[in-house]
Amino acid sequence: MRLNDLPRGTDAVIDSVDDNGSPDPVAQRLRELGFVPGEAVRIVATAPLGGDPLAVRIGFTRFALRRTEAQRVCVHVAKAAA
Amino acid sequence: MTPLNIALVGNPNCGKTALFNLLTGSRQKVANYAGATVERKEGWFTTPAGRSVRLLDLPGAYSLNATSPDEAVTRDVCAGTYRGEAAPDLLVCVADATNLRLHLRFVLEMRSLGRPVVLALNMIDAAQRSGMEIDLPRLQAELGMPVVPTVGIKRNGARDLLARLDGVPPPVPTPLAPGTDLHAMVRQILADCVTHATPLSDRMEERLDRWVLHPVWGPVILLVLLFLMFQAVFAWAQPLMDGIDAGMGLLGEQVGRIMPDGVLRSLIVDGVIAGAGSVVTFLPQILILFAWILALEESGYLPRAAFLLDRLMSVAGLSGRSFIPLLSSFACAVPGIMATRTIQNPRDRLVTILVAPLMTCSARLPIYTLLIGAFIPHRNVAGFMNLQGLVLFGLYALGIISALVVARVMRWRNPDQREATLLMELPAYRLPNPRDLALGLWERARIFLMRVGTTIVSLTVLLWGLSSFPKPPAGAVGPAIDWSLAGRIGHIMLPVFAPLGFNWQICVALIPGLAAREVAVGALATVYSLGSGTDTDQAALQLGGMLPTHWSLPTALSLLAWYVYAPQCVATLAVIRRETGSWRVVALTAGYLFGLAYAAAFLTYHIARML
Repeated sequence: MRLNDLPRGTDAVIDSVDDNGSPDPVAQRLRELGFVPGEAVRIVATAPLGGDPLAVRIGFTRFALRRTEAQRVCVHVAKAAA
Repeated sequence: MTPLNIALVGNPNCGKTALFNLLTGSRQKVANYAGATVERKEGWFTTPAGRSVRLLDLPGAYSLNATSPDEAVTRDVCAGTYRGEAAPDLLVCVADATNLRLHLRFVLEMRSLGRPVVLALNMIDAAQRSGMEIDLPRLQAELGMPVVPTVGIKRNGARDLLARLDGVPPPVPTPLAPGTDLHAMVRQILADCVTHATPLSDRMEERLDRWVLHPVWGPVILLVLLFLMFQAVFAWAQPLMDGIDAGMGLLGEQVGRIMPDGVLRSLIVDGVIAGAGSVVTFLPQILILFAWILALEESGYLPRAAFLLDRLMSVAGLSGRSFIPLLSSFACAVPGIMATRTIQNPRDRLVTILVAPLMTCSARLPIYTLLIGAFIPHRNVAGFMNLQGLVLFGLYALGIISALVVARVMRWRNPDQREATLLMELPAYRLPNPRDLALGLWERARIFLMRVGTTIVSLTVLLWGLSSFPKPPAGAVGPAIDWSLAGRIGHIMLPVFAPLGFNWQICVALIPGLAAREVAVGALATVYSLGSGTDTDQAALQLGGMLPTHWSLPTALSLLAWYVYAPQCVATLAVIRRETGSWRVVALTAGYLFGLAYAAAFLTYHIARML
């Protein structure tokens, strides 16, 4: 699943961040900001007028991402117990 | 002994600037880096042991792998390769103790620079309050550099750092093996050295963001904040402005009484006091506006506003990132245009620069205030709103809407296939620190008063000269100013501006307004003060009360509409030239603003006359 498809408020874990063309400075920056495999993410808010951009929480930091940027991030939904 | 060169580095929002203010107090200098338009903040202080230190506050960066001009400056200065900057003797890397997962990665990058590094673990108090325990000795060992706790917002918050600076100079850390997975290393360090890593603030953020970022309540909160800001600018500043106004009037009267009648008295009273005085009056408004913007910035709210507005801005072909430069442009387009450096997309950046002058800058406030105060009745609307504040809000709104339309047109004219990006941190909420606010305001007030003292006074004196000479021939009838150079220039310009309802006095005032918009007010004061004869010096300081007898309401409204677009600000055009390196962009900006100003004033004048 891609991060932009993740429902709001659902806990998920990052699988990978894919380059969209090369070099991809956006993907590079996402990785530097901590979007790396194994990190927990959650969408905490979606903006008015169409739900783009997304406010994403990763670790204790929040980032605003457009859906096209979030599309680079592959995630899977975390187990309910985790 | 030569001073120790220290550079402060760190992620954006790590509290670096608060720490810088704490260390240096008001001993700071703000300028630009040579050959770049990145703001360079330098300060000085002396350690308890008497060591003098020159401290450079580098722009915040997430990585040495720079993606913006700001980050490139940080990278090059740290590496010691920036031309014209001495290589720092010591890097003080600042990290937010409550956000180590993000910030430590950059700290580890510092190890590869081959320079001594000290880590300032900032906001350690907030971390401890939330029950976080950090094993400092172990952290120090694993990071391979000295670690000192700091609290940027407490009086003694830098004590440990200062003690460290007086101690043994820290060694150069051993660089990491190339290709080390920094994230994995950070995770390991956090697992080893930090317990209970859930900051308390995280829960507060969660709760606040539920409202602030809400699709419905978020925009409502934003509108209320902006509306309050503009009401405050208009309503709260009034008593202070009245005070300054009265003081200047009294000063003019006293000086007029002491000095013998003649050219010198006219220069001082009509030129300097009337001209500069009418501009100084607006200091309270400008400071209130800056105080709001600084407070919103410090609190962490601004990026959230950018998040809420991203969609709206994308309609105009921009991203939410353009919101922060554009909001700064409400104070002044010059820092606003400089703040566009954080926009990575070159086209977005250019369009933002082009529309930034449409944001109503504080230099336009004196003119708006003067005209609104003189022509719009002070009345309540719907019980709680002030009609004058409402008109002011409308003028600001007109500027914003025009900017969106212009941006849209520019995008349509100049399409770009590159992907539009946002990717922006929403920092933790923070209570604005009074000292940081005060320092920011002091900086603004100083710049404003320097402008009054230099540009504005010299221009008003020049205008006084133009308006006073040549003297009318003996036995001439009519006001003396009709015979002067300024009067003649005004009459020459009149045919161009008469269709807008402007009289020749307004035409004269438009000229010095080129250098700084607010001078137009001082210029009107000088022109009318000289036109009305020497007995009524006072009139210049009560310009607002006098204007309705000289101008019709359509003329006043037309001038207001003119100033929504008003192309004349040399400083703005100069900074556009510097930022874009292109005279074509400068000509484009000046040309389209002049066209819009002329059209808007023309329409306003003729529609108002018909009503």
